Amino acid sequence: MEDKGKRSLNTNSNTYIIMYATVMVIAVAFILAFVSSYLKPVQDTNVMLDKKKQILAALNINGLEDKDVAARYADVVEADMIIDSDNNVVRQGEKGGERDGFALNSSDFKKGRLAVYVCRVDGGVKYVVPVYGMGLWGPISGYIGIDSDRNTVYGAYFTHESETAGLGAEIKDNKAWQQQFRGKKIMKEGTEGIALAVVKKSELRDRSVQCDGITGATLTSDGVSLMLKDCLGKYTKFLEQNNEGKNNE
Amino acid sequence: MSKLFSKENKEVFRSPLSKDNPVLVQVLGICSALAVTSQLKPSIVMGLAVTIITAFANVIISLLRNTIPNRIRIIVQLVVVAALVTVVSQILKAYVYDVSVQLSVYVGLIITNCILMGRLEAFAMTNKVGPSFLDGLSNGIGYAYILVAVGGIRELFGRGTLLGYQVVPQCVYDAGYINNGMMTMPAMALILLGCIIWIHRAYFCNEDK
Repeated sequence: MEDKGKRSLNTNSNTYIIMYATVMVIAVAFILAFVSSYLKPVQDTNVMLDKKKQILAALNINGLEDKDVAARYADVVEADMIIDSDNNVVRQGEKGGERDGFALNSSDFKKGRLAVYVCRVDGGVKYVVPVYGMGLWGPISGYIGIDSDRNTVYGAYFTHESETAGLGAEIKDNKAWQQQFRGKKIMKEGTEGIALAVVKKSELRDRSVQCDGITGATLTSDGVSLMLKDCLGKYTKFLEQNNEGKNNE
Repeated sequence: MSKLFSKENKEVFRSPLSKDNPVLVQVLGICSALAVTSQLKPSIVMGLAVTIITAFANVIISLLRNTIPNRIRIIVQLVVVAALVTVVSQILKAYVYDVSVQLSVYVGLIITNCILMGRLEAFAMTNKVGPSFLDGLSNGIGYAYILVAVGGIRELFGRGTLLGYQVVPQCVYDAGYINNGMMTMPAMALILLGCIIWIHRAYFCNEDK
C-alpha cells in the first residue's frame, strides 16, 4: 500500500537523488553530533583514568580497581610540573594535578612543553616522564619512572595503537619485558646523550644501560629505543641537574 | 506478531545459524574474526556489536527500501552502516573503555564487514521489516557464536583463563603444563577456524541442497 504513493515519485531523477543524499547526510550528521556530545564527558573520564593508570604503572603500581585509581593518583603525584628543554619550570603543577602537565599531549611535547610528574612513593621522590614515538605500524607511547637520582629507571610502561599481536604488542602485554627496564641507567659516564636503549640480544654489550629487544619484533623494539633516545633527550638538562650534584630539590 | 514467527520467517532465522552460516559457509567477515578473538571478552563484545549493527542496519534499509534511489543505493547503505558503527564505537568508548582499546580499529572496520553489506544488498533491499530484522539478527548471531567459540578456545589454551579469570588450576602448571603461546597469535585463529569449518561441513552441513 505504501508502495503506491512512493512509485509516483521518480526515484531515479537527479533532483531526487541530490535531495535524498542531502537530507540523509544532514540527518546522520545531526545524530552523530548529538551522540558524540552526549557521551563526551563519560569518554573523557575514561581517557583520564587510563592515563592515570599508565602513570601509576610506570611507578610499578599495577592491578588497581578503576574506582581506586583516581584516589591513588591524587595520593602519589605531588605535582604535574611543566618544564622546557632548558629545565626552566613553566608551571609548578599541583598535588594530584590534572590541569598542567597532565593536560599535555604529544604535540605539546614536540613544541617543547615537557611534563614531569613529581611523585612520592614509599617516602622517596620519583619522577615520571612521558615518551612518544613510532612503532612499526603506528604510534607508540609510554611513561618512564625515574628514581630520585634522576638517572636510574624506576619503572617503565609502554603502550601502542596497532602493533602486531604477539610480536610488537609485547611491549605492552609482556610485563616481564617492561620490568627489565627497572634499575637501568639512563645516561652513562663517558658517552654523550641518552645511553638507555633496546638492542638485539646479539648486540647486548652493557646490561646497565641496554635492554634485550623482543624476538620477532625488531622494528618495534627499534621504535622504542629511538623513542627513549629522542624523548629522554629533551629532558637532558633536567636529568643532568642532579648528576652534577647542584641545585638539588 | 504471529506473522513474525511464521514458517518462512523461522527459516530466515534458522538458516544463517548453520546451513548458511556467514562465517562457516559463506566465509565472510574472516579478517575481524581472526584479529579480535585472542580473548573471550573482546570476541563477545565484537559479536554483540556486529549482531546489533546488522539487525538495525537491516531494519533501517528495509524501511527505506522503496525510497532509496537505485543509483546511489550502495552509498546509502554505507552511510547507514557507518552511522550505526560510529554510534556503537562511541558507546563502547564511554562504557567499556578497556574493551574498546582492545578492539581498536576493528570496531570501525565493521563498516567494511562483508556480512553487513551482503545482507543489506541481498535481503533488506527486497524484504519487509520483520524478516529483515530476523535475518540481520541471525546472521549476527551466526557470526558471533563462531567468534565466541574461537575466542574461548584461544584464551583457554593460550592463557589458561576465561574472561580474565584463571581456569587452569595452578597444580596443572606445577605438573609441567605450559600455556600455548601459539594460541594467542592470529595464525592460530585461522587454523582453529579451519577446523571448525571442517567439522561443520563433515557433520552438520548437507552440501547438496
